[in-house]
Amino acid sequence: MVGSIIRPTLDPEAGGQRPLFTGNDWDFDTIKRIHDACEAIAGGELGLSWYPNQIEIITAEQMLDAYASIGMPLFYKHWSFGKHFAQHEASYRRGMMGLAYEIVINSNPCISYVMEENTATMQTLVIAHAAFGHNHFFKNNYLFKQWTDADGILDYLDFAKGFITRCEERYGHAAVESVLDAAHALMNQGVHRYPRKKRPDLASEQRRERERAEHGEQVYNDLWRTLPQKIAGARPDLAVERRKALLELPQENLLYFLEKAAPRLRPWQRELLRIVRLVAQYFYPQRQTKVMNEGCATYCHYRIMNSLSQKGLIGEAAYLEFLTSHTNVIRQPNYSERGYNGHNPYAIGFAMMQDIARIVEQPTEEDRAWFPDIAGTGDAMATLRDIWANYRDESFIAQFLSPKLMRDMRLFHVVDDPDKAELRVEAIHDERGYRKMRRSFARQYDVAWLDPDIEVMDVDLEGDRRLIVHHKALNRITLQKDDAKRVLQHLADLWGYDAVLKEIDPATDDVLAEHHATARPIFF
Amino acid sequence: MHIVDRRLNPGGKSLANRQRFLRRVKDMAQRAVRESAREKDIKDLGKDGRVSVPLDGVREPRFSRQSGTGLHDHILPGNKTYVEGDRIERPPSGGGGKGSGEGGDGQENGEDAFRFVLTRDEFLELFLEDLELPDLAKRRLSVVETEGLRRAGYTVSGSPANLALTRTLRNSMSRRIALKRPKPDEVAALEARIAETPSSHPDLPDLLLALAALRERTRRIPYVDPIDLRYRRFEPYPRPVAQAVMFCLMDVSGSMTEHMKDLAKRFYILLHIFLTRRYRHVEIVFIRHTDKATEVDEETFFGSRETGGTLVSSALVEMKRVITERYDPNDWNIYAAQASDGDNVSSDGPTSTELLRAHILPACQHFAYLEVGDENGPRAGFVEHRTTLWRTYEGLAKSGGAIAMRKVNHRRDIYPVFRELFGRKDARAEAEA
Repeated sequence: MVGSIIRPTLDPEAGGQRPLFTGNDWDFDTIKRIHDACEAIAGGELGLSWYPNQIEIITAEQMLDAYASIGMPLFYKHWSFGKHFAQHEASYRRGMMGLAYEIVINSNPCISYVMEENTATMQTLVIAHAAFGHNHFFKNNYLFKQWTDADGILDYLDFAKGFITRCEERYGHAAVESVLDAAHALMNQGVHRYPRKKRPDLASEQRRERERAEHGEQVYNDLWRTLPQKIAGARPDLAVERRKALLELPQENLLYFLEKAAPRLRPWQRELLRIVRLVAQYFYPQRQTKVMNEGCATYCHYRIMNSLSQKGLIGEAAYLEFLTSHTNVIRQPNYSERGYNGHNPYAIGFAMMQDIARIVEQPTEEDRAWFPDIAGTGDAMATLRDIWANYRDESFIAQFLSPKLMRDMRLFHVVDDPDKAELRVEAIHDERGYRKMRRSFARQYDVAWLDPDIEVMDVDLEGDRRLIVHHKALNRITLQKDDAKRVLQHLADLWGYDAVLKEIDPATDDVLAEHHATARPIFF
Repeated sequence: MHIVDRRLNPGGKSLANRQRFLRRVKDMAQRAVRESAREKDIKDLGKDGRVSVPLDGVREPRFSRQSGTGLHDHILPGNKTYVEGDRIERPPSGGGGKGSGEGGDGQENGEDAFRFVLTRDEFLELFLEDLELPDLAKRRLSVVETEGLRRAGYTVSGSPANLALTRTLRNSMSRRIALKRPKPDEVAALEARIAETPSSHPDLPDLLLALAALRERTRRIPYVDPIDLRYRRFEPYPRPVAQAVMFCLMDVSGSMTEHMKDLAKRFYILLHIFLTRRYRHVEIVFIRHTDKATEVDEETFFGSRETGGTLVSSALVEMKRVITERYDPNDWNIYAAQASDGDNVSSDGPTSTELLRAHILPACQHFAYLEVGDENGPRAGFVEHRTTLWRTYEGLAKSGGAIAMRKVNHRRDIYPVFRELFGRKDARAEAEA
């Protein structure tokens, strides 16, 4: 068993170490060594903190499985996941789609799926990217901290899966499926965008009441008695106010509203709505932080790979392989190129992180004027860690997109007004345009700005129980008619009575469009 | 850090999702499958199970914004020539280069059908659904194809591999309790006591004696005795197999064109697929005839051409012979399908009728007669032309013979006719109601 592999002689004084691997092959031992090496850099040089890692090796088919259930290791069953699987499988088999190298799950321990086909270099890249970059972001970003429970998500999904299976056994596949169909249609309108007000408990309520009374006694002035009373007659309004307050209206979380207030749903149906709603809520932070999340992970893998290469832990061939794949990932085609499909979140994210590091370490005069807080402070990682913890895409871009980067990317802003014959260039990357463009650009990453703003306004409780829903049509952009009609139908079905959706221009209060739906008796 | 190897996990994790999806698109997929059966060569059926269903049934609607309405902002990378205030001509249809295709609808309106691939089993399942074999009452379970093994209690002898450990130790334990084998604890306790007892103590000899007795008893009553051993017993049993034989009868005289033979072949293949789905074991007998009949192999049956007159009874005689020799109707489910252009010597009519009535029909589960015609359809005329053989069989059917008859002129009719013949009774009744 004497090996005759020739290893490069290493000079310990130059900091050179034995490479973690040679060639493309890897085994579990290699992965362990790679992970430990990355861990040393992530913990030391980058100062990251992360959930414990669990790295799972999977096959292409299992990756497709994971795709179909939005990346979760266990999920309830529904036909739409089967559809997505068939879709992905077809395009994968025809070679139209490559599979991701990894999927990472925001849980504790943090699970990263890595593909068995990856070469040793790719496994290194993927571990640096997912197991440290994404993992750090999940653990530290305020949105994830506030909205998701990494410790409990797998248990909850297990419960959800079991609950839905039991419902199917008890009430039949068709009944469960139709509720889930309807709930999925409303999924994007099933998230809380702000933390709800906490209901005061009885003790604090009483204390407040007492304090108020005491305050009233202290500031008592007989003069108030002489003020003219309000003229009676505002009573019906009071009833409306009271009804709205009881139903917590207006309510933008349609699934929450239905779960709590739909008059005819049975308890298990409410629980199904709740499951779909909580899953949507769990994924809501991810939708708001695509650029930052990928930017953070890409920046981390870039730093870690470079550091590994400097220490001699990966060879030159591996480093070149990494660079090829890295540059592919962060490529941003220009708007006029064939492959252009919007902004690449990896590209912007990575470019911004690098730009911030540059501003912190080697600022120009312009940077000092634009970013007085961070320019020249010297510790790039500390600044970046702070940013990763406290921003989301929209606020991140609004705050940190620098004029230099806008110039580098040659960004320009075009306004498409359907009433005009031509498009107009509103701003370009120049002194006059920077701020205007940055504001508009940030808005494109504001999920609340992108999702249609739909709210339950009122319910005609004393009449025909009609549900009144408003869409505030921002910039007069109306909803896609067919889909709106179908979703409204689902909404009416769940509500159990008629529903009407009015599309209103918030600037003028004009009603742009109106949709009606009558409940079908499918749930009752 | 943990590394978990998931590659060995059983696959098909989303099988349940796929089944739900298929159930959802069943009607549409079924229609698509039958369409494809009409066009495709039957030999290739199910090989390429690609079907496309209209998107309508599998749409997942969401509230989304219409891209053509209202004011839109676009921030684009890669400016070359524009300065603020420039006017740009509106690119046609939402503009590929403008990136406004990101909007909600674009993607869904682009395609109007959803394509996916069915496995062969799924394909056949949809293809043959609602079909049923007539007269299943006679299904005989007889010929033993395999001998299965099944668990049958325990035995006191056997090979070590079959040792039933739990049962053995249970026996050993009850024997040890019954015979009061000293427990190791007792021995240990006594040893400890002896060790503590000073050598001059008067009890010591008794204790030593007791210890010796315990040790002796332990030695004499073994932990596991051959008497405790139990082995799992396996028992061979005959695994009954439902079996069927399919007779293909065909007229190969000169009047049968290639087109007619093709029709017949398609019908036989369908029947074969169908039978193999229902029976584990299906045999096929090919009998071709002119004025003489012979049993042949498949290739000769479809391939070679004979000349001569037409005598249907000769084929029936041959079939009767084969049945008597090889396929006892008590053991076999017999299905027969006869294809012919309808020519027969008119004097043969009574002979055929008699043969069928007396020998063949009672033995068969199902006898189907398929009259294959010209591609151009039946000859024009006011009175529908009925062939000699058709009239013969019609008489037989009218007098109560269990014989199914259909006419087929075109390839596309084969499958509907097949469905008609084997359609499930209740499904058909529902359809008619």
